[in-house]
Amino acid sequence: MSAPSLVAVVGNPNCGKSALFNALTGLRQKVANYPGATVERRTGPLLGNDHIELVDLPGTYSMTPRSPDEAVTTDVLLGKFKAERRPDAILCVVDATNLAQHLRFVIELRALGVPMVIALNMTDLAARERINIDASALSHKLGVPVVETVAVRKKGLEELKDKAIEALQMGTLSTLYFGSTVRDYQRAARKIAKDVTLSEGIGHKTTRLLDNVLLHPVAGPFILLAILFLMFQAVFSWAEAPMTWIEDGIAYLQAGVHNLLPEGWLLSFLSDGILAGVGAVIVFLPQILVLFAFILVLESTGYMARAAFLMDRLMAAVGLNGRAFIPLLSSFACAIPGIMAARTIADPKDRLTTILITPLMTCSARIPVYTVLIGAVIPNTTLFGDWIGLQGVVMFSLYLAGIVAALVVAAVLKRTVAKGKTHTFMLELPKYQTPRLPYVLTGLYERARLFLRRAGTMILSVTIILWFLASFPIAPEGAASPISYSLVGIIGGWLEVIFAPIGFNWEISAALVPGMAAREVAISALGTVYSIGGSEEMVEAGVRAAIAANWSLPTAFSFLAWFIFAPQCVSTIAVARRETGGWKWPLFMLAYLFGLAYIASFITYQVASALVG
Amino acid sequence: MNQEQQLDGEATGAEKALVALGTMKPGMFGHVIAFDASGIPDVSPDMTDRLREMGFAEDLEVEVLHQSLFGRDPIAVRIGRMTVALRRREANIVKVQLV
Repeated sequence: MSAPSLVAVVGNPNCGKSALFNALTGLRQKVANYPGATVERRTGPLLGNDHIELVDLPGTYSMTPRSPDEAVTTDVLLGKFKAERRPDAILCVVDATNLAQHLRFVIELRALGVPMVIALNMTDLAARERINIDASALSHKLGVPVVETVAVRKKGLEELKDKAIEALQMGTLSTLYFGSTVRDYQRAARKIAKDVTLSEGIGHKTTRLLDNVLLHPVAGPFILLAILFLMFQAVFSWAEAPMTWIEDGIAYLQAGVHNLLPEGWLLSFLSDGILAGVGAVIVFLPQILVLFAFILVLESTGYMARAAFLMDRLMAAVGLNGRAFIPLLSSFACAIPGIMAARTIADPKDRLTTILITPLMTCSARIPVYTVLIGAVIPNTTLFGDWIGLQGVVMFSLYLAGIVAALVVAAVLKRTVAKGKTHTFMLELPKYQTPRLPYVLTGLYERARLFLRRAGTMILSVTIILWFLASFPIAPEGAASPISYSLVGIIGGWLEVIFAPIGFNWEISAALVPGMAAREVAISALGTVYSIGGSEEMVEAGVRAAIAANWSLPTAFSFLAWFIFAPQCVSTIAVARRETGGWKWPLFMLAYLFGLAYIASFITYQVASALVG
Repeated sequence: MNQEQQLDGEATGAEKALVALGTMKPGMFGHVIAFDASGIPDVSPDMTDRLREMGFAEDLEVEVLHQSLFGRDPIAVRIGRMTVALRRREANIVKVQLV
């Protein structure tokens, strides 16, 4: 049995390539990483034919790569990529509503001599725009089969499969040269497009009308702000109900364990260790999914490119460009997808700077820390009548502080370690489309899977280790604070020396250590340190009470300041290492964030102490 | 080579009337006549090719649709059937004959 034939799916960005790939493979696709490269390898067997494997290569405008992910596409197609064999055939996806532009890339591919099939995609949109293309004439001119498809409605897929199999049987394809410069390709493409287009069409009116509002110099930025506000509002309000269900579910399990097992260390381990610890993390799944749902919808409608356009000026002020806005926005959910999304940034220096500042965007793992702290120390009063709650204002300020810090750090980095030529901003603003539910659902499924895997491995092991450290050695009978005798107490005592100047007592110092593994664990760690057992909800309430009772106001503020910068979690460091190809930058990131966190907390603590008295 | 001013012999008469795309206001439109990166500081040498890859080509109709509120930069332009966002500095490579 020989290895399956490899078919590369390629095309310009915004041609519907990924939708077609999804339709051709179903949900059986595998996402992995190319070793040493910064691009995801998305593959899957062709539905109904396991002898053919499809690989979805990053979208590119030409065979001259302009960014690291585009370089993977061209290298794979040329057979120069070490981690991938040369594809046996190419499935090139072409947008029927923008034929001349997309044919230029097809023409470049025709010089490769690899068997090829063209999917003339989005033919439904073309029909609506009254564009009429003679597919058989196009096929004749290019010397390759052309199949009309509508990926989102799964139209033309069977014919596409048949043609792909035929192309594979051919083995090679006689090459066709149309010239050697971009200009030659462009001319040939426009000539062919003109010859096979029977009617020109009327353009996409909706896009024009929508852009008149969404890109309006005054209304545009306000709408973007409103969308972002709605997004954060949704993260808190929409996720409330499912979060309660998860909390109830965990409490139910804990009650079950309590009924089954006698009082003792095993019960404590299962209930207070594993269930409380992992539960404290899983409870954030709804918030993360709401945030990602927004990002995926904004992406699939075409609005994300507009957001990049609106943000370009602001990003340019700190030496970045509008494209960096997209990874930074994702980082509000989690820095990891943010760091991965930075792959689309062409300039290596810009990309590095973006990666280094992603941890400053307040990720969802910090929400529990903020919520508990604010609930404990900020009075629940309102400002300006009943309109704005003080607690909400503090929360917003913490987010804002992170954003401002990120911009300042970016400006400094671009003038020092990531110094380079100012790079430009150039981005296609695709046609608006109604969001595709399958795309959003596939993306959410992928996110949920990754998150739960993390909770099941990294966070579970941290929780177990923490429980052991907090439980042994066992304190003498009748000790006032049993935990101060444990390893956590001992380690906390050492760290207190470092953290005393910023107002952290040994309990906080001890909780910071597991907080490094995953920030959201900090609260359950405080629960462990203050010996608060019970359900996840009880831990939160207990920690809030313990903080209100034991922490001075300056200490609480200092802790909040610490978490704006909080040296990032282990997973972020691991991803940064993979994406930057070494330990140098993740260690730099760790060091600068630790330094900033310490300085910010120090200033906060000292100033607050002086003011409070 | 990124100077391609001389275009099929038709540029000579029209050259006086050419304006750089980066200097145009929203609502102005015309046809792309040539690409010329000379005299524009800080643009990378492959920028003309990149503009072509993004869809800019001779004879295509081009229109400035939108500009950013802050500093009127970047701009969004319609080029042929596409909409492309870019900064004015790079847009200046594209020379346009206004209609």
